[in-house]
Amino acid sequence: MHRFANPTRFMRASALVLPWLAVATALLLGAGLLLALFVAPPDYQQGESVRIMYVHVPAAWLASAAYLSLAVASAIALIWRHPLADIAAQEAAPIGAVFTAICLLSGSLWGKPMWGAWWVWDARLTSMLVLFFLYLGYIALVNAFDDEERGARAGAILALVGVVDLPIIKFSVDWWNTLHQPASVFRLGGPTIAVSMLAPLLVMALGFTLFFATVLLLRMRAAILARKLRALRRAEAEAAGRFAAGPRDAAGSVL
Amino acid sequence: MVEPPSMHLPASSPSLGRAFCLVAGRDLRLSLRQGGDAAMVLAFFILAVILFPFGVGPEPAVLARIGSGVIWVTALLSALLSLDRLFLADFEDGSLEALALAPAPLELVVLAKILAHWLVSGLPLAILAPLLALILGVDAAGYPALVAAMALGTPSLSLIGAIGAALSLGARRSGVLLSLLVLPLYIPVLILGAGAVEAAISGLGARPHLLILAAIAAAALPLAPLAAAAAIRQALA
Repeated sequence: MHRFANPTRFMRASALVLPWLAVATALLLGAGLLLALFVAPPDYQQGESVRIMYVHVPAAWLASAAYLSLAVASAIALIWRHPLADIAAQEAAPIGAVFTAICLLSGSLWGKPMWGAWWVWDARLTSMLVLFFLYLGYIALVNAFDDEERGARAGAILALVGVVDLPIIKFSVDWWNTLHQPASVFRLGGPTIAVSMLAPLLVMALGFTLFFATVLLLRMRAAILARKLRALRRAEAEAAGRFAAGPRDAAGSVL
Repeated sequence: MVEPPSMHLPASSPSLGRAFCLVAGRDLRLSLRQGGDAAMVLAFFILAVILFPFGVGPEPAVLARIGSGVIWVTALLSALLSLDRLFLADFEDGSLEALALAPAPLELVVLAKILAHWLVSGLPLAILAPLLALILGVDAAGYPALVAAMALGTPSLSLIGAIGAALSLGARRSGVLLSLLVLPLYIPVLILGAGAVEAAISGLGARPHLLILAAIAAAALPLAPLAAAAAIRQALA
């Protein structure tokens, strides 16, 4: 892991991996959408609206997984002070927030025909909403300081505190007997979902995961380049200032 | 992050317990002598509760139904309002730096400050709550549960809020930021606190709610000072 904490090495490795990741993402998401929209059977109770599930469930998984990676990156940033871990955490947060929003919106679109309401105050929905606000709080905190470093450190601590929400999301359907259906894929005793529906779901989930990885790498590369650009501009401005200021001491700094 | 080793304290430095009492006493004295701050938070609590009868109408049945929830939500907001007094003044005048450099562990100092904060702004909320419940006409069967839930829940509010207060030190628009950081983390306390009163009124018994509230407080008691102290070190670094 420490080997890849070097930004230069990361830029080289990510440039190699990125095209393959992007192609694999496109193929998997395309195949998954085809399977989910045309091949998978309609549900015996829900009819065609069950197809919302093929977007809703992967988005929900990725929303939690993105938060977990945000927290792990934050822990690495706090413990080993890898600048790359800070960048990874900061760039994962908006992606995770969007996944959470997709999960909430698609769930709401599904809830209206199925439950008869756009929103219910169920434990799963509420804990997911809290996750959304945790993402927003993280993004706001990171950007609230003039000093970049301080924002990153404060955000890392908040990310670790917010991890308490993840087990609550996972087990909310077991602890509280409310409207959201209990786990049917990752559960003791194996999945209870039909194979004809599980296969497209897993393809979509894999596609979403690769999509997350692709966008994360892209965003991290962009952030590193932006930092480089800023450093160059600053160096340029300093050089220009020194040139204009006139008298200098032996070390070259302005007198 | 690195702390001076606290094993080799000079003989004159106070013991941990004494350091804790000194910091808590200092904060208590400060807030009592500037008593206005604490009183203003209480006034806000009462005023905000009183707004609801005007907003939803004075029908006793409606007010009795929503009363416990209203009290809890306003208690949450009052706790939020009082959080900036926790570290901000000390951060601005530099005494937080002195406290962080003191031989006593910063976590202990933070815990002492949280205790003082709770005594001044959490405990009065718990004492005032039944009075407000009376105004709103909440069923009398819910009063013991309300007081117990407030007594168990407000320490968690101070503890969790301390993390947010420490994280937002030195931030731009720290007040708004603080609410965005802290309110999502307050939601479990709100659900359980209001749920305890509801359960007591409906005859189900508030015990499970109160036990989970106590569990949250017990978990936050050691963990929140750790996180808040880490955040303060980042702010001072």
